[in-house]
Amino acid sequence: MFEIEIDGKTLSVPPGSTVMEAANRLGIYVPHFCYHRKLSIAANCRMCLVEVEKAPKPLPACATPVANGMKVKTHSDAAASAQKAVMEFLLINHPLDCPICDQGGECQLQDLSVGYGGVESRYGEDKRVVPNKNLGSLISTDMTRCIHCTRCVRFGQEIAGVMELGMAGRGEHSEIMPFVSKTVDSELSGNVIDLCPVGALTSKPFRYSARGWELSNRRSVSPHCSLGSNLTVQVKNGKVMRVLPLDNEEINECWLSDKDRFSYEGLNSSDRLEKPMIKQGGEWREVEWTVALDYVARGLKDIARSHGAQGIGALASPHSTLEELHLLQKLARGLGSENIDFRLRRSDFRAFPKAPWLGMKIADLSILDRVLVIGSMLNQDQPLIANRMRQSAKKGVEVNVVNPTSDNFRIKLANQAVVPVAEMAAALEAILAGLSGKGKGEAKAIAQSLKSGKNVGIFLGNIAEQHQDASRLHRLASQIAEKCEGKLGFLGEAANSVGGHLVKAVPASNGLNAREMIEDPRKGYLLWNCEPELDMMNPAAALAAMDKAEMVVAFSPFRHRAHEYADVLLPISPFTETSGTFVNTEGRVQSFKGAVAPRGESRPGWKVLRVLGNLLELEGFDYEDTESVMQEIGIAGYAQCDNSIDAEPDALPAAGGLQRIGHAPIYFADGLARRSESLQATRLSAAPAAFMNAKLLKKLGIEEGNPVLVKQGEGEARLNAALDDRLADDCVFVASGHPQTSALGALFGAISVERL
Amino acid sequence: MEQILLKGLDGGNWRLADYLKRDGYAALKKMFADKMTPEQVIDELKKSALRGRGGAGFPTGLKWSFMPKNYEGDKYLVCNSDEGEPGTFKDRDILYHNPHQLIEGMIIAAYAMGIKAGYNYIHGEIFEVYERFEEALEEARAAGFLGDNILGTDFSFQLHSHMGYGAYICGEETALLESIEGKKGQPRFKPPFPASFGLYGKPTTINNTETFASVPWIILNGGEKYLELGRPNNGGTKIFSVSGHVERPGNYEVPLGTPFAKLLEMAGGMRGGHKLKACIPGGSSMPVLTGDVMMDLDMDYDSIAKAGSYLGSGAVIIMDETVCMVKALQRLSYFYYEESCGQCTPCREGTGWLYRVVDRIENGMGRNEDLDLLLNMTDNIQGRTICALGDAAAMPVRSFVRNFRDEFQYHIDHKHCLVSS
Repeated sequence: MFEIEIDGKTLSVPPGSTVMEAANRLGIYVPHFCYHRKLSIAANCRMCLVEVEKAPKPLPACATPVANGMKVKTHSDAAASAQKAVMEFLLINHPLDCPICDQGGECQLQDLSVGYGGVESRYGEDKRVVPNKNLGSLISTDMTRCIHCTRCVRFGQEIAGVMELGMAGRGEHSEIMPFVSKTVDSELSGNVIDLCPVGALTSKPFRYSARGWELSNRRSVSPHCSLGSNLTVQVKNGKVMRVLPLDNEEINECWLSDKDRFSYEGLNSSDRLEKPMIKQGGEWREVEWTVALDYVARGLKDIARSHGAQGIGALASPHSTLEELHLLQKLARGLGSENIDFRLRRSDFRAFPKAPWLGMKIADLSILDRVLVIGSMLNQDQPLIANRMRQSAKKGVEVNVVNPTSDNFRIKLANQAVVPVAEMAAALEAILAGLSGKGKGEAKAIAQSLKSGKNVGIFLGNIAEQHQDASRLHRLASQIAEKCEGKLGFLGEAANSVGGHLVKAVPASNGLNAREMIEDPRKGYLLWNCEPELDMMNPAAALAAMDKAEMVVAFSPFRHRAHEYADVLLPISPFTETSGTFVNTEGRVQSFKGAVAPRGESRPGWKVLRVLGNLLELEGFDYEDTESVMQEIGIAGYAQCDNSIDAEPDALPAAGGLQRIGHAPIYFADGLARRSESLQATRLSAAPAAFMNAKLLKKLGIEEGNPVLVKQGEGEARLNAALDDRLADDCVFVASGHPQTSALGALFGAISVERL
Repeated sequence: MEQILLKGLDGGNWRLADYLKRDGYAALKKMFADKMTPEQVIDELKKSALRGRGGAGFPTGLKWSFMPKNYEGDKYLVCNSDEGEPGTFKDRDILYHNPHQLIEGMIIAAYAMGIKAGYNYIHGEIFEVYERFEEALEEARAAGFLGDNILGTDFSFQLHSHMGYGAYICGEETALLESIEGKKGQPRFKPPFPASFGLYGKPTTINNTETFASVPWIILNGGEKYLELGRPNNGGTKIFSVSGHVERPGNYEVPLGTPFAKLLEMAGGMRGGHKLKACIPGGSSMPVLTGDVMMDLDMDYDSIAKAGSYLGSGAVIIMDETVCMVKALQRLSYFYYEESCGQCTPCREGTGWLYRVVDRIENGMGRNEDLDLLLNMTDNIQGRTICALGDAAAMPVRSFVRNFRDEFQYHIDHKHCLVSS
């Protein structure tokens, strides 16, 4: 350990620490712009110059390693004069347009200029003007304000894993810019807005809508991916204006995915359902809650009476709160129906773990030395888990992948087995064989990699979970994990993918699962926070089932296609307007409170279910608040989860022909993201196309851009053919979660493509 | 007067055969024949008091001894031929007229530091020189001086040349490394120094062209002999690129310690009988000295440092009494303004500001407070930047204003030039 004295305070720090780190530990603030604890050291802003005893000139605290016995002064005359000189240089070409700058009031340059800037400028020449850049629909630019700290550049290279911004030009003419006519498209791009210490990069959706000091901060938890990112929801006049990350080193660190950050636009969209509605005589009319709920209660009782309670099925989105899922299953079971499920995109129910989870804490991903990811669009599905693996890979951790695409997630992969979607189980068998010393090729290389590790993690991604052969993939993955004494984990699809199991929002053996409820249509459906044609495994079949039903009750924050097939539309609150709980993929139970009052007549879901329970005269629906629901659920802290699988699912018959990969792209995956205009305007939200590799295009005699007819069973869609050479042979990527493909069948399964 | 770099050159005898006639590669052969150890080679260098000829004057032997000895993995040797300092044109001549001496020097250096691969980074404006150097490399490879098992020994060394693109900043050694790596040429923060984290993150030694070219003579004749050529702590000969108002501008190789008056005489004296007004003794980024001071100086690192400037790259810029010092500084400041890489704040913002203030003084719009402003700005730039370009931009401004303040003041007061009036 080295002894260091900063401003008269002493501290022992490990060798290799910087003066900045030591100062931070002592609680001494050294002014800075380019330094960021998660990024590499650039030492270019020079704002953190400090006086170091025996050094002939001031040194940058961020880049100066601590030496034993070093004495540092951060606020001495010499240090302050160096810092003030730097501030003067930073300000000479800065427009000082704070009154019209969106960063005003939350600007590092503005704040520090109060302490280190002059009253008047000695610079009387013309200031630099820099043209703005089009970075896409999320990030607004005012490049004249840029102070060239390069945080945004380093973020792209180091965290997002793709260099989308760089500093071109020299000297005073240097500019931060994207590649020519390119935008910034990574799914983590919005973080550069937080990183930018000035108003050069600001939020496009938030722009000119409020000042930082007008906003109240509310803690919340993201309702999207399984990570459960912690959020600061900023509100003004009862409206959510902006979402920022809430630092949580164990979960999202200081980052947020763009989906978590910008989906709030959907909360304020014109699509919000604001009044309960009933369809009578083919006409929708707005009614009071009491009327609507009465109607629902009577309808449910009627179905139960005439068809038996098993005629009722409840389908809930895994993005619902734990309380909602609990009350919904309790209500369904109270009615006498075991037909309840929230695993909407799953197709293989032959065997199922009791509560699939990551198998470890998120933060413990960093102690793995070997990783195998099976069937995942990692960047899109769990963008911040992808980041953790990216950082691990840089430190030498071997990340291996089995996938129907060679997308490398912008991670330096050790090995990658790119196999047709129908051959994924075979690929895992080959790895198993490799672990016993047999096998060849990529499978053997992956096996060798895993075998050489001390801390091995095997992870099943969304594709593996939604795969037709999911149970067998699970079984094989668990065998692989066992063989290399590693841990098995599910990356998890949604905010409550773990929680739904914990509250048993899944059928017991005498009930129907999500797939069966569609294949064997029910008379009545309770749709909780989901849009079957976009959120389910087989959109075409789901729609058909809805059409046939006698009564469909859609509980939803949004208007959606249910107006075609539903009988009742009940406006429930999205996550910002209700208290609730999500259990993230590591089993962490995270409760949050509402940030704003429910919009219009919409009501928190748990309240709606409570009242409906009362109207149905079910027992135990007397909750006062979500805390009392949570007491009944009885989990807190970290939930007990379980990935084990007992069954030995048989191999599926070999699937020939073309196979669909019907993954839901990041901003199509849930109702809220689908209603964020800015997210929908990104490149990641491009309209679905039929993506194939060059070999398959050639085989089918189709050229890129040709209009094609894509068919699955009865369902068909007219799309354009597109080239994606990363795809495995005989795979056709056709996105789900989009109206253009909602007439198609199963997300994973046979598909045909013909030229129009 | 003994010459070791330009000796016997007639402008056409650059090829291998010519070089062999001038005792070429004899040092390399001797080194192998005498079974000199790497330590012995470095010792000779230390004895010679050879100092880096690129500008900083750092003792070469000492620099070589910083390279980790038992490092497993690649180490690199890099020659800095990115000669961009205004006034300097010596490396170009070495590369063009005596390329094999550089190659031989680099091979010896590689042997001394256990390096297997090297690069010669040649700046973008001298494409002919680059092409010739490529030819010389081919000759050396064909003759077994370069490549695997050099001269039948088990020592191998691969040398490549790399064409720069003409950015001044790429002459800064870490920016040069970035440039070789294919990145934007921007200096790195030091530490770590190249000896521990250099090209591709591997231990790397970078020397100037003239430095490497001096090495064969030292090995052939011994370090002490080289030292004796010059002065204590200032061993050997040095090429001075004399430019400006002399009768015969050009490269002159003289022993370090040669009186400036003698160098001036060799260059034919002042043009047309004019008077020496000022001289920048070491390239445009070194402080300017007045003619009077200059005439009493000897041309070696220590003497010039004592007078308040630096020997630098040895570019001697001679200015007679017809020169307007404000205009001269305006030109220099524009250069640094344009060549700042823009990475760190004081240099990016400061060089433009310096230029604009000097420019307005030159154009009759100077203000009374401008001279103090300039000096204060140089205080705020010098020593505050990642690399020495900030210092390089500040030093001329400081020295011009300090040494010729009256002339600047005259410009401000009278809105026109003292010299031309």
